[in-house]
Amino acid sequence: MLILNCPYCGVDAEETELAAGGEAHLKRFGPGSSDDEFHDYLFMRENPKGVHFERWRHANGCGKWFHAARCTQTLEVFGTYSAQTSEPPQAIKDAISARRPGWTWRDLS
Amino acid sequence: MSEPISALNHASYDGIARIEECGLQGMITLRGDLSDKVLAKAVKDATGQAVPGQRAAFVDGDTGVCWMSTDELLVLVPYAEVEAKLAAMTNALGGTHALAVNVSDARAVFRISGAHAREVLGKLAPVDLSAEAFQPGQIRRSRLAQVAGAFWLDDEQTLRVVCFRSAADYVFKLLKIAAQPGSEVGVY
Repeated sequence: MLILNCPYCGVDAEETELAAGGEAHLKRFGPGSSDDEFHDYLFMRENPKGVHFERWRHANGCGKWFHAARCTQTLEVFGTYSAQTSEPPQAIKDAISARRPGWTWRDLS
Repeated sequence: MSEPISALNHASYDGIARIEECGLQGMITLRGDLSDKVLAKAVKDATGQAVPGQRAAFVDGDTGVCWMSTDELLVLVPYAEVEAKLAAMTNALGGTHALAVNVSDARAVFRISGAHAREVLGKLAPVDLSAEAFQPGQIRRSRLAQVAGAFWLDDEQTLRVVCFRSAADYVFKLLKIAAQPGSEVGVY
């Protein structure tokens, strides 16, 4: 059972209260971009065994979107943070580094 | 004019706790910047209460205000006064980026009372309802089996549950089953 702390209402919400929103921090390519860029944006998702960043929505709750950093292998949650950011805050990166030294995810580390 | 009637018109059930539909309740959804002074004054004028902090609920009978999310409040007023209160609120909020809507007829309200009230709801929602974790003055939005619901404690043995009116029958049946005689779990 995955339990995430919603950064907006402060509730430790369990999986059935949440809706998964797929990979976090996607950079969108729309009109004016090349076919390759659009293809990569649309289809190329990370599928890591280990550290992963995801979007979640507290659907049966305050209704807000937020970000979560967790490990896909052990279900360990490193932290959750605001949706209003384009990359994880330093505190989250530090928390991951403490548990998974040398981690990488896309161009983050 | 036709007479307004609540979803289940005061249906009730007695089991390990008493379940009753509360009847008509005036409700206004208010969205905006909760730190805004104009909004705070509008809430004060309508309910006599201050703007609640995170997950707080200031409710007294059928009047009060509940924190729904970082930019949303649920304002409770008597059903007969909802139009007047909404007009006053809309007028007061004219110059600010905020929205107030009458949702009274889109909701149903239930009361669960008795020594096993926490237990009845605890069977339906993935929420820690123990006395250490959940107290009067707090509101929790969650799910009741398959539908969305919000609830708070009026006192130690009385819970009030709000759900969508379209799901009122489903929620009442859920609560009845959860309150069946002999179904005490003894956790809370």
